[in-house]
Amino acid sequence: MTEIAQRSFFLRNPSVLVFLALLSVFTLAVTLASEATGFGWMSTSFVKTLGKTLCLCLIAIAMDLVWGYCGILSLGHFAFFGLGGYMIGMWLMYERTKDIVAQSLQNEVLPPTPDELRDAIGTQIFGVVGGSDIPLVWTFADSLFIQLVLVVLVPGLLALVFGWLAFRSRVTGVYLSILTQAMTLALSLYLFQNDSGLRGNNGLSGLQNIPGLTGVSQDVISIWFFWASALALALGYLLAAFMVSGKFGSVIRGIRDDEARVRFLGYNVEAYKLVIFTGTAMISAIAGALYYPQAGIVNPAEIAPIASIYLAVWVAIGGRGRLYGAVIGAAFVSLLSSWFTGGSAPDIPLGTFTIQWTDWWLVVLGLSFVAVTLFAPQGISGVFDKLVRKS
Amino acid sequence: MTTLLEVSGVSVSFDGFKAINNLSFQIGEAEMRAIIGPNGAGKTTFMDIVTGKTRPDEGHVIWGDRSVSLLKMSESQIARVGIGRKFQRPTVFEAQTVRENLAMALKNARGPFDVLFYRKSKSGADRIEALAEEIGLSNQLPRIAGTLSHGQKQWLEIGMLLAQEPRLLLIDEPAAGMTPEEREHTTQILVEAAKTRAVVVVEHDMEFVRRLNCKVTVLHEGAVLAEGSLDHVTQNQTVIDVYLGR
Ligand SMILES: Nc1ncnc2c1ncn2[C@@H]1O[C@H](COP(=O)(O)OP(=O)(O)OP(=O)(O)O)[C@@H](O)[C@H]1O
Ligand SMILES: [Mg+2]
Repeated sequence: MTEIAQRSFFLRNPSVLVFLALLSVFTLAVTLASEATGFGWMSTSFVKTLGKTLCLCLIAIAMDLVWGYCGILSLGHFAFFGLGGYMIGMWLMYERTKDIVAQSLQNEVLPPTPDELRDAIGTQIFGVVGGSDIPLVWTFADSLFIQLVLVVLVPGLLALVFGWLAFRSRVTGVYLSILTQAMTLALSLYLFQNDSGLRGNNGLSGLQNIPGLTGVSQDVISIWFFWASALALALGYLLAAFMVSGKFGSVIRGIRDDEARVRFLGYNVEAYKLVIFTGTAMISAIAGALYYPQAGIVNPAEIAPIASIYLAVWVAIGGRGRLYGAVIGAAFVSLLSSWFTGGSAPDIPLGTFTIQWTDWWLVVLGLSFVAVTLFAPQGISGVFDKLVRKS
Repeated sequence: MTTLLEVSGVSVSFDGFKAINNLSFQIGEAEMRAIIGPNGAGKTTFMDIVTGKTRPDEGHVIWGDRSVSLLKMSESQIARVGIGRKFQRPTVFEAQTVRENLAMALKNARGPFDVLFYRKSKSGADRIEALAEEIGLSNQLPRIAGTLSHGQKQWLEIGMLLAQEPRLLLIDEPAAGMTPEEREHTTQILVEAAKTRAVVVVEHDMEFVRRLNCKVTVLHEGAVLAEGSLDHVTQNQTVIDVYLGR
């Protein structure tokens, strides 16, 4: 029975197989082009950019689940992404600092006491915010396992509490979106404070250096993270496809289209929303935990409300209510965005006036969002679907 | 016959306007009941109260053998104890197929994780086929519900109601927008359903009510005006006055 069900899952969802095949080909191509494992055609920094893009695709899938399928326009999922980054960042930074401090103290006559070691680590990490005490939130920072658990637990718990309060009071639509923005803003402002215990606006840095792997060069580490991101995206896509393909998907789409009707069928709509909201927050957090070691730094600006709005824009442009639409949107827009804002796009001189893409890209993005909303509500993937059906 | 639903002394007002005024109503197991009354009499509001959509200002709504109060339950809990509802305007999930609509309504565990790990079963598929047969949509199962005709949507909604296997069906204007043949078929489905459960039908069309051949409750200004056989209530002078607007 389960075997039939599993086989028919792929039969019923051929696009999942297509997606996995394309992702594998892409991963292989990058592997062969990278400096560490291939012919070196591709710079390490570009491998990192692509790895990060895969993480953005993963959070876009989460966004598509919560918004495109369940109709909850959350403008706060990037907060969970950032929190995931912070949770893994704490371990990365603490352990690496510990290694450095231990090394610099090893030539002392007397070996350092644990207290001295702790003080030295505290000064190293929190000197920038004028402190040397290790805050309480760093209690488990020396345990990779616990911090990995916290990656999903902390954002998951935040989403659970927030969602429970909001959904129980039947806050929906624009009001819910505003509430999620408020949550994001509050979190980001809190993290900006020096006494938040997470280094204020400095954030956590040096995350690209993996403790215990000092001998391994960045080109190798970048390809490992790229592989991990590809694997996470593949698993995330499978999970999302599993969720939306069966009866569960039917119910959440029903909630999106007419939640009162779903209630009268006997479904506890609030429970479903809570499961989706919390589950996608956890997926976002995992994406963030893979993203920030590749970015090297996580700071409160990453959690700014605008980031979550961009996420919604990607999914809208890619096409919501389709998993591959979310992936296309995130990949396309974020890569294009880094091309334009990275200064690679040639400026366009117009006589007295020059279009500088670093400034004008946002205008283009804004206009394309408006255009998509007006003329192609199904996004890029909708246009794509039409072409496939015609041929 | 034991009482399945007992509504007593219920009142509700919207901005000072009393839509339901000290209404009392009872229905037993396996009973068919028609509710008639002029526009704005409070028929839909009555259903809103029973299904938990509207909370009354006063009164009691008691359900089942163990006499539990429905007033403390959420809409979804009320649906799960066995009350199904068809809305005045057909409300099916237009973006989904007929089969998906029926599958969602099928009586099964309703929790998020039960549903997530729900596996399609032979018995479920058979049940959907049987229901589709009953509502005349057998060869429309893969069709997107939004593309059905108005009458077919009404039937699909009735089918979803039957799929829930409720003990009480509340049906608001099932025959609106149907052809005479479709009405005939709808009557059959309802009469059949009332053999094993309670069915409350709100309808304006007297011909339709006559064919249901059941006890009739007349609502007016949020209260019961008369109750009895259709002939009995239509001979009642106050009922005639209300309908003629005197
Ligand atoms: N949510 C609401 N807010 C304000 N007034 C309402 C609300 N719901 C119903 N009413 C009013 O209560 C009265 C009863 O409405 P109801 O819909 O129950 O009538 P009805 O008997 O179903 O009429 P119809 O035959 O037209 O469907 C009407 O005057 C209506 O305007
Ligand atoms: Mg009505």
